Amino acid sequence: MLSARVGVVTFPGSLDDQDACRAVRLAGGTPVPLWHGEASLHGVDAVVLPGGFSYGDYLRCGAIARFAPVMTELIPAARAGLPVLGICNGFQILCEAHLLPGALTRNAGRRFITRDIQIEMRNTVSRWTADYTAGQQITVVLKSGEGAYVAGQSTLDDLAARGQVLARYASGNPNGSEGDIAGVVNEAGNVAGLMPHPEHAVDELTGPSADGLGFFTSVLHSVVTA
Amino acid sequence: MSTVAAPADTVGQASETPERAQPYAALGLTDSEYERIASVLGRRPTDAELAIYSVMWSEHCSYKSSRKHLRQFASKAPRTDVLLAGIGQNAGVVDIGQGYAVTFKIESHNHPSYVEPFQGAATGVGGIVRDILAMGARPVAVMDALRFGPADAPDTLRVLPGVVGGISFYGNCLGLPNIGGELVFDPCYAGNPLVNALCVGVLRPADLKLAAATGTGNRVILFGSRTGPDGIGGASVLASASFGGSGVGAKRPSVQVGDPFMEKLLVECCLELYAADLVVGIQDLGAAGVACATTELAAGGKSGMRVALDTVPLRDASLGPAEILMSESQERMMAVVTPADVDRFLEICAKWEVPATVIGEVTDTGRLEMTWHGEQVVDIPPGSAADDGPVYDRPVRRPAAQDALALDDPASLPRPASPAELRAALLSVLAAPDAADKTWVTEQYDRYVRGDTVLAMPHDAGLIRVDEATGLGVALATDGNGRYCLLDPYAGTQLALAEAYRNVAATGARPLAVTNCLNFGSPEDPEVMWQFTEAVRGLADGCLTLGVPVTGGNVSFYNQTGTAAIQPTPVVGVLGVHDDVRLRVGAGFTSAGDTLMLLGETRPEFGGSLWARVAHGHLGGRPPAVDLEAERALAQVLVTAAARGLLSAAHDLSDGGLAVALAESCLAGGLGAEVTLPGEPFTLLFSESAGRALVAIRPGREAEFAALRAEAGVPGDVIGRVGGDTLEVAGSFAIGLDELGAGYRATLPGLFG
Repeated sequence: MLSARVGVVTFPGSLDDQDACRAVRLAGGTPVPLWHGEASLHGVDAVVLPGGFSYGDYLRCGAIARFAPVMTELIPAARAGLPVLGICNGFQILCEAHLLPGALTRNAGRRFITRDIQIEMRNTVSRWTADYTAGQQITVVLKSGEGAYVAGQSTLDDLAARGQVLARYASGNPNGSEGDIAGVVNEAGNVAGLMPHPEHAVDELTGPSADGLGFFTSVLHSVVTA
Repeated sequence: MSTVAAPADTVGQASETPERAQPYAALGLTDSEYERIASVLGRRPTDAELAIYSVMWSEHCSYKSSRKHLRQFASKAPRTDVLLAGIGQNAGVVDIGQGYAVTFKIESHNHPSYVEPFQGAATGVGGIVRDILAMGARPVAVMDALRFGPADAPDTLRVLPGVVGGISFYGNCLGLPNIGGELVFDPCYAGNPLVNALCVGVLRPADLKLAAATGTGNRVILFGSRTGPDGIGGASVLASASFGGSGVGAKRPSVQVGDPFMEKLLVECCLELYAADLVVGIQDLGAAGVACATTELAAGGKSGMRVALDTVPLRDASLGPAEILMSESQERMMAVVTPADVDRFLEICAKWEVPATVIGEVTDTGRLEMTWHGEQVVDIPPGSAADDGPVYDRPVRRPAAQDALALDDPASLPRPASPAELRAALLSVLAAPDAADKTWVTEQYDRYVRGDTVLAMPHDAGLIRVDEATGLGVALATDGNGRYCLLDPYAGTQLALAEAYRNVAATGARPLAVTNCLNFGSPEDPEVMWQFTEAVRGLADGCLTLGVPVTGGNVSFYNQTGTAAIQPTPVVGVLGVHDDVRLRVGAGFTSAGDTLMLLGETRPEFGGSLWARVAHGHLGGRPPAVDLEAERALAQVLVTAAARGLLSAAHDLSDGGLAVALAESCLAGGLGAEVTLPGEPFTLLFSESAGRALVAIRPGREAEFAALRAEAGVPGDVIGRVGGDTLEVAGSFAIGLDELGAGYRATLPGLFG
C-alpha cells in the first residue's frame, strides 16, 4: 500500500517547510511540496501550513498568505473535510482565512521567545491528535513573537464546551494566550492550528523530545482508516 | 520631492578640467592617495570614479593598515589539503569529506550597531549571510559574538536590547538557526560595542562559486532589492551640493535598513539559480555596494566590464551615479550570466519575486567602464581599485604601560580561604554578567529552524548536522578575551584560538579551520598597532602549531572613543568536523554515577581572570600560559573519547575556571556533583589555566579512558562523581542546584527586563 501523501505549502517566507516534510517522512508518510503560487493540491490526503514569516508578515501575520492561489483550493477542501494543520504562522493563516476562530497577537512579554515547553493535550479525537491520550503532557518547541491567542469570551466558552481546545500550555503561560490555549481545532475535527512546533520535536537528536510525531502519525492513521 | 539631476561629471570633463577641486579629503582619501588615483588614470578622477576609489581604498575594504601583517596567515599556513578557497574570497571553503564542503566567516558590524543598534545588528547578519551565499553555499546557521559596556550602564540598556532584537528579527525571519556565540561586558566597550556575526554554509565542492567576471559578452545582472540612499559612505558628503551637484542636499541615513524577507527570497532564488547552473560568477553587495561588486568581479575575472549605471533600479529617482556606486542598500547580489541563460535566470528571479535587471556586460578591455545616460562617467583599470590599493606600514610601539601592567600581579590580592568565603566567591562569580545564564538573549533566537541543530547554547560549541543519513556534521565556536589580550596580545590571541579549538573538540568534533574578526582601536595609534601586530603574529603562529589554517576573516579598526581604544579583541572562530553527530557530547551532567575528571594542569594563574575582576575589579599580571601542544593532545583525547562513546559530558574550562564549569554543567544537565579537590581549593576552583576540560566518564569505561589519556600524555585527576541535587565540594561547601541557579538565572533578566 502506498503511504499517505501529505502536502506542505511553501509561501514566500515559509521557514519550517523542510522540517514539516521531514516530520511527515519520519511518521511514515510521503511529503509533497506545494507551491503557494499554484492553485492545486495535487490530490494530497492532508496539508500542513508550516511556520515562518509568509510574505515577511508585513501588514499582519498570515494576512497576505490567505489570498495565495493555493489557498483558493485549500479553503474549500478544508471545509469539505481535508485534514489541515497550521503550525505557528500556519495557525495565523488559518485564523486569517476564518477556518479557525480567534487570532494570534503579540506576546505578552513583547519579545520573540524560543522555549521548550509542555502542553497538555485536550482534544484527542481530531484527525491530528487521535494518537495522543486526553490529558497527556508532551514537550514541544514554542518559537514565536506573535503567539498570544485571543478570541471573544463567547468564542472561548464555545471552544471549551465543544471540545475544540486542542492543547493548553502546561508549564506556565509563555505568551499571554487566553485560557492558556496553545492550539484549537474546528468543530469537524479536521482543521487544526497549533502555536508550538510539533515538527521540531520528532527526534531527540535535534529536538527536546520526539513527542510531536503523534500529530503526523495521527493524520496518517486517520487517512488510511477514513 | 522632484529634482532635476545635474549633469554628471564625465570622463571627458575630467580630462578637460584638471584643476577642479574635489572633496577627496572629506571622503577619507589622503593627498597622496588622491595623487595616486590621478597618476593611475592619467587625469583627475570623475566624481563617480572618486566615489569608487574612496570606498575601495577605505580601511574597511582595502585592509591598507593590516594587509602587510595579514600575509602571515598565508606564509605561516599549516600544510592542509582541505582548503578549497582561502583568504581573499568572500569566505573560506573547507572540504569536510563525504562530498561536502563548508564555508564560514565572521565579520564585524560594530560601528553601525552603536549608531542604530537594531538595524546595525540586523544588517550585520544579512551581510555575512550573503557572503556565504555568494560562495555557492546554502547558509545553515549563524552565531554572534557580542561585547557591550558595563551591564548596568544606561547606554548598555539602549544598545544591548536593540542589538539582540535586531539579530533576532533578521535571523529568525531569515530562517537560520542561531547556534551560539559570546556575550561579554566591559567598560572599554561602552561607546564601542562589538557586534561580530558569523555564518556557516554547506555546498558540494563542485558548486563552489567565485567572484569573477569571465566570458566576454556575458551579462552582468543586479538582483534583489532596489538601490536606495541608505548607507552611502557613512557620511553626507555625497549629498552636498559641492559634490558634482548630483545629490538633492538631503542628509542620507548612514546605517542601512534590513529586509530579511527579501534576503530569504534571495537565498532561495540564488540556490535555485545555482542548481540550474545559470551562474558564471557572483558577488554579494555589502560595503561599497555596486562599486565593490563591479570592481571585484572584473578584477577577479581579469577582464573588463561595461555598466549602464542609469539602468540600476532605484528606490529614489534622484540618486546620481556616485551615490548609486556607494549605496549600501541591503539584500542585493550581482551575477555574471551567459546571454543564452539570461531569460531562464530572470524567470527564476520572477518566480521568487526578486527584481533582476541586466545592467552591463563583460568585456575584454581590461577596463571598468560605466555610463550615465550615454555619457561615460567611469573608465578605470578595475584591479587598481580592488587589488592595488595603498598598503601602509604603520608605526608600531609597545605601550609604555605594558610593563607596569604585567607587574601588577594578582597574586597579592586577598583570596577567599574559608569554606564560607569560597562558597560566596563561587556564587558571586557565577552571577556576574559575563558568567551568568544567557537565556535572556538566546531565547530570542530561533535555534531549531531547519531541524539540524544538534547542540546550541549553553553547550561549548554549536553543532549542525550536515547529512541526515551518515550523521556528518560541523561544530563551531567563537572565543575572544580582551582582558588577556590587553595583558599580552600575542598570548591572549593564542588563548582565544585555544579556547575555541577546545570548545569544538569538547563536543567530539575534530578542529579543522579558523576564521577571525580582529577588533582594535585606531591603527594610527602606534600602541594599538603594536597590539594588532602581536595579535596577528600570535594567531598565525598558533594556527601553524595546531595545524588549522586561517581561511579568512575581517579587521575592524577605529573602535575607540577619543584616545581610549577598546581592549584588543581578536575574536577567533574554529570550525570542526563531526563524523557522527549522534555521538556528540554536551556540556551538561545528564547521567548520575558517572566519574568526574579534571583534565590538564592547574597552575595558580589569575591574571585577567574573572575572579580578579569580579572580586577586586583587578586587571593586571600575566594571562595564563599557552601550551598549544598540550591543547592539541587534549583535543585528541576529547575527540577520540567521544567517538568511542566514553563520555556523557565534556566542558572546557575558561572564564571562572573549574568553579564556573562545574556550576554550568550541573545546571545545564539538572544534576549535581560530589567533588573532592586534589589540592588547594581556591586555585583549583578559580584559576584559569588553559588546556583544561571537565569530563564525565560513563561507568565501566574509566580504564579505557585512562589508557587513551596516558597515550596522549594528558594529565588528569578524578575529582568526584555526578549525582544528586547539590554541588558539593568536600571540606568546603555544598550549594543546592536551586540556589546555584537562582543567582545565575536572575542577572540578565534583572538588568534587561
